[in-house]
Amino acid sequence: MSFALWFARLGEKFLNLAIYVGGVSILLVQTIRFAIMGPLDRFQVFDQMKKIGVNSLPIVTLISLFTGVVLALQSAYQMQKISAQLYIASLVSLSMMRELGPVLTALIVAGRVGAAITAELGTMKVTEQIDALETLATHPVRYLSVPRFLALMTMLPILTVYADLIGIIGGYMVGVYKLGIGSGIYIKMTFEPLMLKDLFTGLSKSIVFGVIICIVACYEGFRTQGGAEGVGRATTFSVVTSFILIIASDCLFTALFYFAF
Amino acid sequence: MIEIINLCKSFGPRRVFHNLNLTIATGETLVIIGRSGAGKSVLLKHIVGLIRPDSGQILIDGVDICSIRSITEVDKIRMKFGMLFQGAALFDSLSVWENVGFALIQHTSMSEEEIRHRVRECLTLVGLKGIEEMKPAELSGGMRKRVGLARAICMNPETLFYDEPTTGIDPIMADAITDLIIDLHDKLRVTSIVVTHDMISAYKVASRIAMLYAGKIIEVGTPEQIRNTQNPIVKQFITGAAVGPITEAEGLAI
Repeated sequence: MSFALWFARLGEKFLNLAIYVGGVSILLVQTIRFAIMGPLDRFQVFDQMKKIGVNSLPIVTLISLFTGVVLALQSAYQMQKISAQLYIASLVSLSMMRELGPVLTALIVAGRVGAAITAELGTMKVTEQIDALETLATHPVRYLSVPRFLALMTMLPILTVYADLIGIIGGYMVGVYKLGIGSGIYIKMTFEPLMLKDLFTGLSKSIVFGVIICIVACYEGFRTQGGAEGVGRATTFSVVTSFILIIASDCLFTALFYFAF
Repeated sequence: MIEIINLCKSFGPRRVFHNLNLTIATGETLVIIGRSGAGKSVLLKHIVGLIRPDSGQILIDGVDICSIRSITEVDKIRMKFGMLFQGAALFDSLSVWENVGFALIQHTSMSEEEIRHRVRECLTLVGLKGIEEMKPAELSGGMRKRVGLARAICMNPETLFYDEPTTGIDPIMADAITDLIIDLHDKLRVTSIVVTHDMISAYKVASRIAMLYAGKIIEVGTPEQIRNTQNPIVKQFITGAAVGPITEAEGLAI
């Protein structure tokens, strides 16, 4: 490959990146503006909250319970050597609150809900339903993006708190029934090291993750082209992008909280 | 009145319109014919402001829809329009009555009872009844088009746009839809713009026919004038001959 061609392709990649970042930013600003301006369709918002939040409960329960169990078992493997099993309780609660709760929940929701949003909006786009919305004088961002945005921003933190609790219960089961730690002392060791800021750093992360999932999924849906294949491609791209952005922003936030607080 | 002046549009390297001019008088039925991929649907989407042109003007009663930046202003113009999409584009998460009454639900404070009444009226106009609670997925192709049409006329538009109204349905249903277009035009006194390549339907509904070819309107005239045209390109298109000035690739990408 000649250098000129290589350079042109590199330029194209950067251009596409700039278009993507620009598009996502515009969608974010529009969504926030419409959400503040109102009027809000309450029925739509509640419907999305149910789809996003309530319907995600079973899988969130399952995954965070297993994570709590695994976390306790894996740390017991090491802690037993130095007779520090008691600290398993603190280790599980801290890592669930600060890290695993928010991130795992966000990844589950990105896979479950983000994919569904992109597929639904993408199908609407390729069947001209988005155009139809506009000809009926209804802005697609107001009608489609805003309810999902509000629902994700409220439901993801709630799911996260729920996942934290379930993970701690998983750890409790291992600690008390398998390792023989007393129930009272396990609970004491669980909550003793926790500070309010641990909960808040976790929750602020999950709000940001909610914004990422919604905007990426809606953006990919709105720009879908090319029939069923295009919808598939958009959905894959939406989930992959959400995953990368969630992990990357998690890294950024963790570093920020670590150095700032 | 709708005036399209020097409209230019390209998608990447493909030039779709090049200095296209067309005037649509109030109350007429204009049929735009042209090959698949010639840009007929794209032209409709320009008029309703779904796509912005590279240059040129589209004046709707003297207001240039392309230069309006405010969403509310564009929406005000769109309230005067009703559009039937090629695949009907019904919202499949909503029932038939919610689809037809969508604009009323979104933009007016009418009660559900009033909206349902208006929806029944619109459905009767397009020859349907008793399907209000069904979902779009349960309807046949022809019924979907009729529901799409009912949705388009729900807000009493001044102009109706039809994007390939007879494509994808059987010939008898196609003729019924054609009759419906004529019927609605007479009853509602609207301006109708029909995009099609179905010549039977075009001759029947049109007060004027315009042919889109190579990014321009190459001929406009009454159905009679078009039938007796001397333009070899138009002649080939309306007779559907494979041999002539239009070759397979020509006329699509200029």
